[in-house]
Amino acid sequence: MARRRTAPAPTSTSLEQLLAANEVVVTCGSGGVGKTTSAAALGAMAAAHLGGRVLVLTVDPARRLANALGLEQFGNVESEVPRSAFTDVGVEPRGRLFAAMLDTKASWDDLVNLHAPDEATREAILANPLYQNITGKFVQSHDYIAMERLYEIHSSGRYDLIVVDTPPTRNAIDFLEAPDRMADFFSSRLLRWLTAPARSRVLNYASKPFYTVADRILGSQFLEDISEFFLLFQSMYDGFVERSRAVSRLLEDHGTTFVVVSTLEPAPAQEAEFFVNALAERDLNLGALVFNKVLPTDLFSPKAAKVAERLCRDATPVAEAVSEQVADTEQVCRVLGEVAESFLNYRVVASRESEEAARLGATAEVVATVPYLAEDIHDLAGLLTIGDHLW
Amino acid sequence: MSTGPVDLLDRKLVFVTGKGGVGKSTIASALALVAARQGKRTLACEFDAKGNLADFFSAAPTGWDPSEVQPNLFAMSMDTEESLKEYLRLQVKIPLVARIGPLARTLDFVANAAPGVKEILTVGKVVWETKEQHYDLVVVDASATGHVVAQLSAPQAIGELVKVGLVRDQTAWLSEILDDSATTGAVIVAAPEEMPVNESLELAERIRTETRVDLAATVVNRVLPELFSRDEEEVFEALRRPDAIAALETAAGGPLAPILDAAELAVTLRRTRTVHLDRLREGLPGVPMLYVPELFTRSHGIRATSQLADALAAELGY
Repeated sequence: MARRRTAPAPTSTSLEQLLAANEVVVTCGSGGVGKTTSAAALGAMAAAHLGGRVLVLTVDPARRLANALGLEQFGNVESEVPRSAFTDVGVEPRGRLFAAMLDTKASWDDLVNLHAPDEATREAILANPLYQNITGKFVQSHDYIAMERLYEIHSSGRYDLIVVDTPPTRNAIDFLEAPDRMADFFSSRLLRWLTAPARSRVLNYASKPFYTVADRILGSQFLEDISEFFLLFQSMYDGFVERSRAVSRLLEDHGTTFVVVSTLEPAPAQEAEFFVNALAERDLNLGALVFNKVLPTDLFSPKAAKVAERLCRDATPVAEAVSEQVADTEQVCRVLGEVAESFLNYRVVASRESEEAARLGATAEVVATVPYLAEDIHDLAGLLTIGDHLW
Repeated sequence: MSTGPVDLLDRKLVFVTGKGGVGKSTIASALALVAARQGKRTLACEFDAKGNLADFFSAAPTGWDPSEVQPNLFAMSMDTEESLKEYLRLQVKIPLVARIGPLARTLDFVANAAPGVKEILTVGKVVWETKEQHYDLVVVDASATGHVVAQLSAPQAIGELVKVGLVRDQTAWLSEILDDSATTGAVIVAAPEEMPVNESLELAERIRTETRVDLAATVVNRVLPELFSRDEEEVFEALRRPDAIAALETAAGGPLAPILDAAELAVTLRRTRTVHLDRLREGLPGVPMLYVPELFTRSHGIRATSQLADALAAELGY
């Protein structure tokens, strides 16, 4: 009578499992929390221990990943981290690690090449001043192109795992919504409105007031540029809409998981919470939380705190015990006083942070903690050290 | 203390930017508070409209309309749609109040699609407040690293794109105020760590080459205290020897190793940060630097902002 039920979706209990079970891992979080480093560390660990071809893709306009991976520069092309970089630090990698950074302008050009119906349209778009400005200067276009590129790389099937680093949280929300926004943009009535006069050269009643006002505000040349731009882009409508829907599907896919990275300072933790909620609202999979730069747990020892408080009040009795071995009582006293005060200072910070960790940690199945490391990470060895904490 | 050609708070419009997580909003709030306490009628405006600038003043969430959060200190959050409406009302003077809804939506759409429009609506509002002298000082909690350059250079970008029309005319007065170093300045907030320093240096370079806004100062946040003098450091090392720890623990009747370890961590953190601090200083010659200490407190809101304001005021020589 025991009919076999469908097994519940297995829940990962570690980042190792999470990375083994997914094809796309998106790291997100506020700036300065070590998000990019975490992404690189996860990629490095996956390449080292899980095998296969692993790509770390950064879409952050700032060039951080190169720094963390010890690569001088890398552009839109994926470049491999040499095997020797692993073996030099005593690791025999089971797989291969690649890294790439988003080049917005080049990616837009690729897209136009892909979707433009003919050579003339392609040339006209590439030469349109609005197009050049959108692709070159303005930040919003990063969002869409980042997702588009993730999709492109993912569907090429070249990688077993793609770890994507994203811009800081508020932007990352934009970037989740970018595919939908792009689809809306191309489907909108306003776009048809704007392009109508260029098609018919006759202003209809509905769009006339807009043009009257817009003309006064923006000037007719600019308006023509806009119209041309939209008209040209409309010729790529089907391609774009289809593509942006596919990108949305990829983000919602079972094989895609999100890792929210944060320190336990109040502001980044708040952003992390914001992001965790945003993922839930969109039915996207929160795979894990990573807490970075966490202070040592020794700071919580109540006995040590008692000693520190006593030393702060009067360190003399304790100082006298070592003054013969070390230095005169007065100097030892001063040092012990400083040491004790510093302990109590950091203790305050650590307890505030542990409250934050408990609160935020309740939202995810997998929570990984990386301690405060004295050195900044700028090579593979450092990434693997972090990786060991994450695993 | 002189902070370069024009003292920071003697300017009229100050953009505070920096990599996320370094305490940009905290410093912007504290700076605004310093100015307000100096008797300046001050507006604090957050560009990324999260509405949490108010948290730093322990006030109710801010919106488009400025609210007085401290004596002399007003706070608002940017909203490009409101900015557009205000712009149309003030600049275009088109009696279209009834039709402004659909029109605004249309233009909002253009703003989303056309480059620079959103940026100029954002920057335009604070420059407008400066132009009209509604405040003695406007402190902007500007966008993080990447975005702010596009915002500050929006008038040039629009200028290149739009050759005639009202918008074109608008860019002239915007540029006039933004480009004038006696009026406008940018402040980069940095944390003395490797990546934040790298990005601060990159940002400074971009502000210099891609915008015409003067880099008025760098604020280094969370500077750790020096625990020991050189002599004391030797004593500290001696105290960490096992025999010394044993003697100390016997005398104290409790554990000392964790306390000494924590101090070691504090010393290491301070030392590594000093290296990056030096790099920042060397990378930005001639840019005044203000140092703000790490606050080891549980406090937040106006209390923490107030402590930072005290530290900033001291650095500014008030």
